[in-house]
Amino acid sequence: MSAVLTAILVLMGLALVFGLILGFAAIRFRVEGNPLVDQIDALLPQTQCGQCGHPGCRPYAEGIANGEDINKCPPGGEATIHALADLLDVEPMPLDAEHGEEKPKQVAVIREAECIGCTKCIQACPVDAILGAAKHMHTVIASECTGCDLCVEPCPVDCIDMVPVDEGIAGWRWTAPHHSEIIATDRQQPSEVSL
Amino acid sequence: MSQSGNIIASTREIFDFHGGIHPQECKTLSSERPIQQAPLAPRLYLPLQQHIGKPAKPIVAVGTEVLKGQLLAEPQGAISVGVHAPTSGVIEAIIDHPIAHPSGLTDLCIVLVPDGRDAWTTLHACEHYEQLSPEQIQARIRDAGIAGMGGAGFPTEVKLHPPHHDKVATLILNAAECEPYITADDRLLRERAKEVIMGLEIMAYVLQPGECLIGIEDNKPEAIHALQQAAQGTRIDVVVIPTKYPSGGEKQLIKILTDKEVPSGKIPADIGVMCQNVGTAAAVYRAVRYGEPLISRITTLTGEQFPEPRNVEVLLGTPIDWLIAHYGYRPTQPERLIMGGPMMGFALNNADTPVVKTTNCILAPSLKELPLPPPAQACIRCGLCAEACPAELLPQQLYWFARAQEYDKAEHHNLFDCIECGACSYVCPSAIPLVHYYRHAKGEIRQQRLDHEKSDRARVRFEARQQRLEREKAEKEAKRKARAEAAAKAQAAKREAAKQAPDSPPAAPAPAVPANQAPPPSIESLKTAWEKAQAKLEKMQEALEDAKANNPEQVEKLTRAVEKNQQRVAQAKTAYKAAQTAPATPVASPVSPPAPPPESDLEILRENVQKARAKLDNVQDSLEEAKRNTPEQVEKLTRAVAKNVTRLHAAEKALHDAELARSPAAQAAPVDLDVLRENVQKARAKLAKMQDALDDARANNPDQVEKLTRAVAKNKTRLDAAEHALKEAESTTSNENA
Repeated sequence: MSAVLTAILVLMGLALVFGLILGFAAIRFRVEGNPLVDQIDALLPQTQCGQCGHPGCRPYAEGIANGEDINKCPPGGEATIHALADLLDVEPMPLDAEHGEEKPKQVAVIREAECIGCTKCIQACPVDAILGAAKHMHTVIASECTGCDLCVEPCPVDCIDMVPVDEGIAGWRWTAPHHSEIIATDRQQPSEVSL
Repeated sequence: MSQSGNIIASTREIFDFHGGIHPQECKTLSSERPIQQAPLAPRLYLPLQQHIGKPAKPIVAVGTEVLKGQLLAEPQGAISVGVHAPTSGVIEAIIDHPIAHPSGLTDLCIVLVPDGRDAWTTLHACEHYEQLSPEQIQARIRDAGIAGMGGAGFPTEVKLHPPHHDKVATLILNAAECEPYITADDRLLRERAKEVIMGLEIMAYVLQPGECLIGIEDNKPEAIHALQQAAQGTRIDVVVIPTKYPSGGEKQLIKILTDKEVPSGKIPADIGVMCQNVGTAAAVYRAVRYGEPLISRITTLTGEQFPEPRNVEVLLGTPIDWLIAHYGYRPTQPERLIMGGPMMGFALNNADTPVVKTTNCILAPSLKELPLPPPAQACIRCGLCAEACPAELLPQQLYWFARAQEYDKAEHHNLFDCIECGACSYVCPSAIPLVHYYRHAKGEIRQQRLDHEKSDRARVRFEARQQRLEREKAEKEAKRKARAEAAAKAQAAKREAAKQAPDSPPAAPAPAVPANQAPPPSIESLKTAWEKAQAKLEKMQEALEDAKANNPEQVEKLTRAVEKNQQRVAQAKTAYKAAQTAPATPVASPVSPPAPPPESDLEILRENVQKARAKLDNVQDSLEEAKRNTPEQVEKLTRAVAKNVTRLHAAEKALHDAELARSPAAQAAPVDLDVLRENVQKARAKLAKMQDALDDARANNPDQVEKLTRAVAKNKTRLDAAEHALKEAESTTSNENA
């Protein structure tokens, strides 16, 4: 009987000690904020275009963390959806066409001769990538432009164009080899053709 | 493979690297013919980027006449080399032209039309390199625009500045030339071994290495012989290594000669080793000895499509199609040209691309000698690729990851240590284009890194902007608050002054008084207001009862109306009571200014007017509704409307009286008159507008007509009231004046 009692007491003592350690750790090493939001935010393309219906990428990351769909980001496209699906361990879904379609990367270009210097695009730019002052010509800092096209609509003289990014030869990448699974007997054909 | 007898075999121990293959060499095709000087092409295309790093920047204008060896484009930034004129002539254009690149894309090129004189610019020769300091030699190499001629094209001068001033223990000259078909280095060594050795000595003079080695494969006996003869009397050790592809890879050659491995992600300089190419050494010699910039190179033209495969010394910028046509190449179908060797080269999409500093071979194979790759089959996990990989990677795993686009895993499996030698593809029994997969995956990963960098920057900028906007908003808010506080203080001060005003003579006009003094409400008017409110409340309650019986939809509205009326009655009552308790001052003396009654009374009256108006609107709305839905109610509601109108008038009048009375006429009249006149004008303008709108509505929008008619009527009464007030004020003023 006393053995049972000892065992129970020892276990209770251990439980108390570990409980204290865990309780201390929970307070001492508390994680500030929601780390999941940061992880999701890191996967989003940061165009800050608002096509998802949120005023920026971080609010959408918060939305996703709260159970929103992961297919509302057209600039990120399939790749972002897959990355998010991996992170959140959910099924990847096709891009929601309601929020726009995946487009090649773009950059805003101001036709400077037509700019009247109204600063409306500067106010619209989410990343401060437009340089200019009232009644002075504005220009887009191409390296900082995310291609969100939020500046196009406010322009009163429609002098902003969205043009596809062309990095020329420096931006060229090897294309994926197309893989065709064939059976062994198909292998003879190309050499026959060549002879 | 026969070795001549007088070769002194190096006593140095050599090692082996993992994997490697033995493809057919096919070197004798081109190695037995001497180097020939290629003729001058009618037009030279000089790409601004023939090296790794930033492209050069043109410093000549279109139309400039240039001399052979003149600098055409200067290096930009730390890692860059210049471009020189290969011959004298005129700059015809600076345009986008297809360049030797797997993409087949265009890049900026300087187009030079030779004048045929081949006149050199002034060169600064130097008999003895020992007279120069290492810095001067580095400067000469930089000015000569030399980039590694083995294939990568890294600026030689930058390479000769090892990082962190690490001592280079071993300087290796890479003469292995392991890739099949290519014999450019072989021929160069046979014919100009002395130049190569001198170039190596110059580089050794700059770097002061512990030892100086030349690694050469044993399939080039004549070159070995020439090298050993040239190297006699120097401390250079010519090390003959077994032929195995890719022993000429930088890291593999280092392993063979020193048994050291370059760690992943590091460069040979980090372990105190440096490799230079044979062609580079020769170019360094010519640059230091004669001051000649790099304007030509030795290129192998080989493959069975050439009647006479050979090595040629060709000016940089010579179009390849012109060059190969000159050497008897006649394109067959399908035209197939490879720049570089069969293992690591790439197919040229455009034959009019120019020869550049890294063009070591142009291969035009027949389909028989180099058949098109058969279609890829499924990976059978045989593991041959892993056995062949000279970088000791797992090509199979990398293949799966690259194909499944699991790039992070591919990176963890050291994809970036892949030297793209092609050994794995060569041994693959399923003919899978493995290297193509790796190149694609590397490109994707690089792109992802760039994108990530950019998105991080965008995030920082976005957050900075958000912070800035918030800060600006907070600042604005703070300013607004400060202003409001200041205004409140000023008003308090004025009130203070106004309180003291009765002591001062009434003749002294105080401008702030009219705004702050409340009028003395007449007890009678308040009483009538109360009574009227009471009567109305009763009426409303009646209507409510009625509605409850007949018209359930109206009940809610009426209930609310009753509640409102109850409030109103209570207010009117309190106002009346308040007025009753303090009636003494207003009647005290007609001459002295009346004591300022509490501000709240005026407020209450104003509120009353507003409420009455709102109510009238409400009742009118319900009348409209009743007209449509419940005809029985119409009569009752019409009466209610009429009553409400009179109530509103009464309330307005009470307010007006109160306002008039609030300021002593003598003091406020001039100001009041102006204000009143303005009011009248405003009311008139508004009325006119309303009438216009009404006319408009009659023409276009019949549903709006009724509402607008009411609005017009309301405005008319307002205008009347305003005019009336003005007249009264005018008469009082004139009385005062009289």
